[in-house]
Amino acid sequence: MTVFIIRRLLQASIVVMLMSVIVFFGVNVIGDPVYMLVSPDADQQDIAEAIARLGLDRPIWEQYWLFLKGAATGDLGNSFIFGEPALRLILHHMPATLELAFTALFLAVAIGIPLGLYAGLYPDNPISKGIMAGSILGFSLPTFWVGLMLIILFAVELGWLPATGRGDTVSVLGFETSLLTLDGLSHIILPALNLALLKISLAVRLTRAGVREAMSQDYVKFARAKGLSTRRIIFVHVMKNIMIPVVTVMGLEFGSLIGFSVVTETIFAWPGMGKLLINAILQLDRPVVVAYLMIMVLFFVVINLLVDVLYSILDPRVRLQDQNK
Amino acid sequence: MKTTITLAVAAGLMISAVGMASAEKLVVGLASETTSMDPQFHNTGPNNALSLHVFDRLILQNETQGLYPGLAVSWTPVDDLTWEFKLREGVKFHDGTDFTADDVLCTFERAPDVPNSPASFATYTKGKTLVKIDDYTVHIITETPYPLMGNDVSTVAIISDSVGCDASTDDFNAGTAAIGTGPYKFQSYTPGQSVSFVRNDDYWGEIPVWTEVEFRPISSAPSRVAALLAGDVDLISGVPTTDIETLKGNDSVTLTQGPSNRVIYLHMDQFRENSPYIKALDGSDIMNPLLDVRVRRAISMAINRDVIVERVMEGVAVSAGQLLPDGFFGVSDNLSPPAYDPDGAKALLAEAGYGDGFQMTIHGPNDRYINDAKIAEAIAQMLTRVGIQTAVETMPRSVYFGRASTGSPEGLPEFSFILVGWGAGSGEASSPLKALIHTNDSDKGYGATNRGRHSNAAIDAVIQEALATVDDAKRQDLLAQATEMAMENVAIIPTHFQVNTWGARAGLSYIPRTDEYTIAMGAVKE
Repeated sequence: MTVFIIRRLLQASIVVMLMSVIVFFGVNVIGDPVYMLVSPDADQQDIAEAIARLGLDRPIWEQYWLFLKGAATGDLGNSFIFGEPALRLILHHMPATLELAFTALFLAVAIGIPLGLYAGLYPDNPISKGIMAGSILGFSLPTFWVGLMLIILFAVELGWLPATGRGDTVSVLGFETSLLTLDGLSHIILPALNLALLKISLAVRLTRAGVREAMSQDYVKFARAKGLSTRRIIFVHVMKNIMIPVVTVMGLEFGSLIGFSVVTETIFAWPGMGKLLINAILQLDRPVVVAYLMIMVLFFVVINLLVDVLYSILDPRVRLQDQNK
Repeated sequence: MKTTITLAVAAGLMISAVGMASAEKLVVGLASETTSMDPQFHNTGPNNALSLHVFDRLILQNETQGLYPGLAVSWTPVDDLTWEFKLREGVKFHDGTDFTADDVLCTFERAPDVPNSPASFATYTKGKTLVKIDDYTVHIITETPYPLMGNDVSTVAIISDSVGCDASTDDFNAGTAAIGTGPYKFQSYTPGQSVSFVRNDDYWGEIPVWTEVEFRPISSAPSRVAALLAGDVDLISGVPTTDIETLKGNDSVTLTQGPSNRVIYLHMDQFRENSPYIKALDGSDIMNPLLDVRVRRAISMAINRDVIVERVMEGVAVSAGQLLPDGFFGVSDNLSPPAYDPDGAKALLAEAGYGDGFQMTIHGPNDRYINDAKIAEAIAQMLTRVGIQTAVETMPRSVYFGRASTGSPEGLPEFSFILVGWGAGSGEASSPLKALIHTNDSDKGYGATNRGRHSNAAIDAVIQEALATVDDAKRQDLLAQATEMAMENVAIIPTHFQVNTWGARAGLSYIPRTDEYTIAMGAVKE
C-alpha cells in the first residue's frame, strides 16, 4: 500500500510539473491583458507603466521562472484585477464551490442509486421505464438551459425559491457554509440540482446495469438457495458488488463537479471558483487562471489517489495484487 | 418607427427621491463585478461607480456628466497655471474626523501610486502639484494651461488622511480603511458575492432614500432579468436588447433608457501602403484604398445607420455623425449622421479608381459592446452591396484589443478595418479627439488609441489649442471645429451611440446615466 501511494505521488508530481509548463505558456500566448486592464483614458506612458507594474515587460521564460520560484513558496502570483494573491482568492471562493459540489454529489447518490436500484430490480415496470427515459433527458439537456428553466419555474413563476446568489452563511471551523441556514439551503437547492442532474442520471444507469448483471450471477442464486431474505441479498451482497464502478465513476465525476461548475455558477451567480475562473478568463487575469488550473490538477491527482485507496478497501483483489508485486 | 429618448436632466444637484425616507433596502443586480473596495486601485467603471457611494470627489458628475460641487465648493483658475479649490467646511468622515486640505493632499499622493494597480489614477493626477494654502483652500498647479482640471479632479476619490492614505488595498477590502465622506458607509464586502452599504445619516448633501443598499454581481444577462422578475433584486443594469420588448409588456417591471457617452465607430488603417486585410478582388496586393478620403467617405455613405439602430439594435441606439451625442460639451451643431447613399458611395469608389471594388476584412470584438458581432456582420453586408467584398472576423475582447492595438509583427495595430467603441470618460469631446483622432504621439500622450493612425497636422493643431484654452466658450468652439474637421476627413466613421437600459421593479425607476454607472443615488421611487 505504501509503495503504491509513493509511486502514485511521484507520477503525480511529474504531471503537475508538466501541467505548469503547458498552462503557463498556453495562457501567456493568448491576448494582451494590458489592454483589458488600463483605463481607456490612459496614454502611452500610462500603458507602459502598467505593463512594467504587472511584470509583463519581462521575457516569458523569466516570468515562468519567477512563477516557479513563487510557487515553491506557495505564492502563485497576484491577481491583476483584484490585487490579491491568486491562491488566497481561489481559496476564498472554494468553500462555495465545494458545498455546491458536495450537495450535488449527495443528491446524485441519494436520488440516483435508489432509482437505479428500483429500475434494475423491476426492469419491466412502467415506473422503471419512466426513470430510464428521465435519465436520458438528464444526460442530454444542456446545463445552462435546464438552469434557466429551473429559475423560471421555481423562482419567477412559482416564487418558491430565490433565483440567484448564495444565502446567509455561518462559519463552521473557519469555513463559511450556507448549508446550515434556511436561507442558505433555499439558495443552494436549484444550483445543486442543476449541477447534479447529469450525475443523477449517471448514477441511475450505473446502478441499474450493475443490479441487472449481479442478479443473474451465481452468488445471488446461491444466497437465495441458502434461504437468505431478499432484502439481505440486495442490500448486503448485491450492493457491495455494484458499488465499485459507482464509487469509481462518482469519485472521478466529483472532480468534474468542481472543475466544471462554471456554467451553473454563472447562471445562478453562485460566488464560487468557477465564476471566478470565467471572469478571470474573460478579463485575462492570467495569475488567477494559472493558479486555478494548477489547483485543479492537484485536485484531480488527489481524488484519483483517494479512489484508488477506496478501491483497495472495497475490493480485496486490488489489495492482493499490490502485495504480490 | 422612431425612437425618442429623453435625457433626464437634473435640475439641481443630486436628484432627490420623492417620498419620505424610511427603513428600506435596495438590492441591485450588476452586470459587472466590482473587484476592489480600494477606490484608487483600479480605474474602471464598475469600481468607480461603487466607490461613489462611500467616497466623495472634490467635484461630482451628474447623470449627464456635468460637473457640480462635491467636497470643493468652488474651483477657479487664479492664473493660467493655478486653480484654486475652496473646500467644503464642516464635512466629517464616517469615523468622525474632519475633512480638510490634508486629506486632499494625501489622496493625490496615493492615487497614482497604489501597489500592483493595473490601471492607476496617474492618468488624471500627473502634471499636477498640490499646495495647501490653508485648511480649506488648495491650489493645484500645472506646467501648462490645463482646462480639464475639473474633469480630472472629479475622477479621484477622496480618502482619509488618518486611516486611508497609508492603507493597503487589503485594508480597504477589509473595510478598516474604507472610510470616506460619501452618502453611504461601508458595511461588508464579499468578493464575487455582494457589497453592502448603509446610509450615512450625517451626509453633508442630500440624504439618500435607501437606508441600506446591497450590490450583487450577476454576470449572466438572462439570470439577471430572472432575478428581477423573481423579486430577488430591485434594480438591474444591462438589460439585454432581446428582452426589452417582452419586459415592456410586463407591469411588474419599469425600464429606463438613456444614451451613453459611448460611440461605436470604425477605425481604418491609414498608415500602411499595403494593409494586411485588404486585397484586390483576385487576391493580389493592392495599394491601401483607405488612404483615399473618397473611399473612406464612400464607406460611411454605404452604411445604413438607421437599419443598424432599428434592426440590429432593436431601436435601442442613436445613430451617430460625430464623437458624442447632442448635449455634451464640445459637440458640433453642424453635424448630423451621414445619409445612406449606396449609389453615391459607388460613384465615389469609381472616382477613386475602385469601381470594381476590393476585398476587405472587418474585425471586431464579440463580447464587449451591445450586439457588437451582429453590427460587424450588418456593416459587412452593407459594404459588400456597394462592391467592397467584406469578410467578418470577430473574437473575444481579451484577444481582440491586444491584436487591434499592437498585434502586427512590428507592434503596430494589426487589422485594416475595425469596429470599436469609445466612452468619453471626461464627458466632453476632447477625450475622443485626443485619443482617437490626434496623431499618435507617445511623447505627448496623444493619439494613444488611434488604431487607424489617422494623422492631420491641421486637426492636431486645433485639438492642442483646445486643450490649452481655459476659457469654456472658446474651447467649446475649438472642440466642435476639430470634430467637424475630423468628420470632413473621415478620420473615423461613427455609426451609433449606445443606449443603456436599466430594469427596476414596479414603483421604482432609475435615472439613466451617460457614464453607464449604476448607483443607488439614481434609484428613485415613483
